[in-house]
Amino acid sequence: MAKTPLQFRHNGRDVAIFVDGGTNLLVALRELIGDMTPKFGCGQGGCGTCSVLIDGELHLSCLTLAETVAGRSVETLDGLKEGPNLHPLQRAFADNFAAQCGYCTPGMLMAAKALLDRNPQPSRAEVVEAISGNICRCTGYEPIINAVLAAASGGRARA
Amino acid sequence: MPVTVKTFTSTHDAAAALSSDRSARYLGGGTLVMRALNEGDISISTVVRASDHAMTRIDATGSRITLGAGVTFARILVERDLAFLHAPARSIGGPAVRNMGTVGGNLFAPVPYGDFTVAMLALDATVSVQGGLGGREIALDEFLQSRDRQTGVLVLAISFAKPGSAEAFRYRKIARIKPKGGAVITLAAHLPVNGSRIVGARVALGSMAPTPIRARAAERALEGRSLDASTISAAAAAAVEGTSPGDNALASAWYRREIVGVHLKRLLSGQE
Repeated sequence: MAKTPLQFRHNGRDVAIFVDGGTNLLVALRELIGDMTPKFGCGQGGCGTCSVLIDGELHLSCLTLAETVAGRSVETLDGLKEGPNLHPLQRAFADNFAAQCGYCTPGMLMAAKALLDRNPQPSRAEVVEAISGNICRCTGYEPIINAVLAAASGGRARA
Repeated sequence: MPVTVKTFTSTHDAAAALSSDRSARYLGGGTLVMRALNEGDISISTVVRASDHAMTRIDATGSRITLGAGVTFARILVERDLAFLHAPARSIGGPAVRNMGTVGGNLFAPVPYGDFTVAMLALDATVSVQGGLGGREIALDEFLQSRDRQTGVLVLAISFAKPGSAEAFRYRKIARIKPKGGAVITLAAHLPVNGSRIVGARVALGSMAPTPIRARAAERALEGRSLDASTISAAAAAAVEGTSPGDNALASAWYRREIVGVHLKRLLSGQE
């Protein structure tokens, strides 16, 4: 079966690949582009570890048909750091022990980024809601919630 | 296994492609079809898409509301005119699922999903479908009864009359995980009042049968009466009639039958 050409922006860089029909965006990112930061968890939309931003909006890459991102902008955890420096969210996750096994962390960080991009000073309830589609089996969520709140208040301190 | 992806600008062409190929599925937000492909569902060999903007249109200005099948739950949550639907929209998935999942796709979501359809059923919604031979309107109730045979048609939109007042429409989802989780059961009621009497009572239940269903016995108990304690008790006692829930990891069929009346009573009494 013929492959389909696909072009989109990946973390600010134009990429062009060929995909098989029905390939999901997660497979395209990991196996064709080599961005291993979004993880495969459930493949059903239940765990959130494959979360990415498409045109700034949180999506599950495992449930996104790769062809539907043609001409759009896809952001993954790989694009979060600023040069050699960690993003404030990544720093807050490290400082607050918000990553244990680390498997949920890419999705948690992208869900948190989606929240802070449109709501820089969220309440605790808004943070809980924002990460409600992401499952963590290690931390009990509290350190993650605290980390997102710390990153938000850190932003305010800098401003 | 690779599948063929066909994208059409017109819904007419997309419907023709769907109706001519039994192994074709329409891809909306992806939360059902991509999941099936990820699980290796070999019954799907063609994925059909339509880029027609009519599929994502919301018309909520008049007394009759129309939601394009491709409208996402996230979009409903930012529509002030659709405030009465914010509770069902918010009860679905996390933010990513709400950014992807659509009103049309929800009509096909199996138990324990399909919460929004329960709300639509209580509002007596009508589904606009496009088949190979043309378009037609079909009552949601009827659509759901033959849902398994509807894969060859394209759902274009869903429409319903706006509730007369905010109190007339009520919704409740029982889930073990908050704020996100599959439903133990889902309940919605539309209780238009004329004077002090309920006229045109609708009660819909999710996860109490393979598809969302109307609780007709409960509706009969409410019809023509005022919403007092004895009416509420009668409706609650009748809630389980005609249901056929199944067992799953969230709850047993026995448990669902036991609690449906309890939660209908709370819904009708306005209890949290």
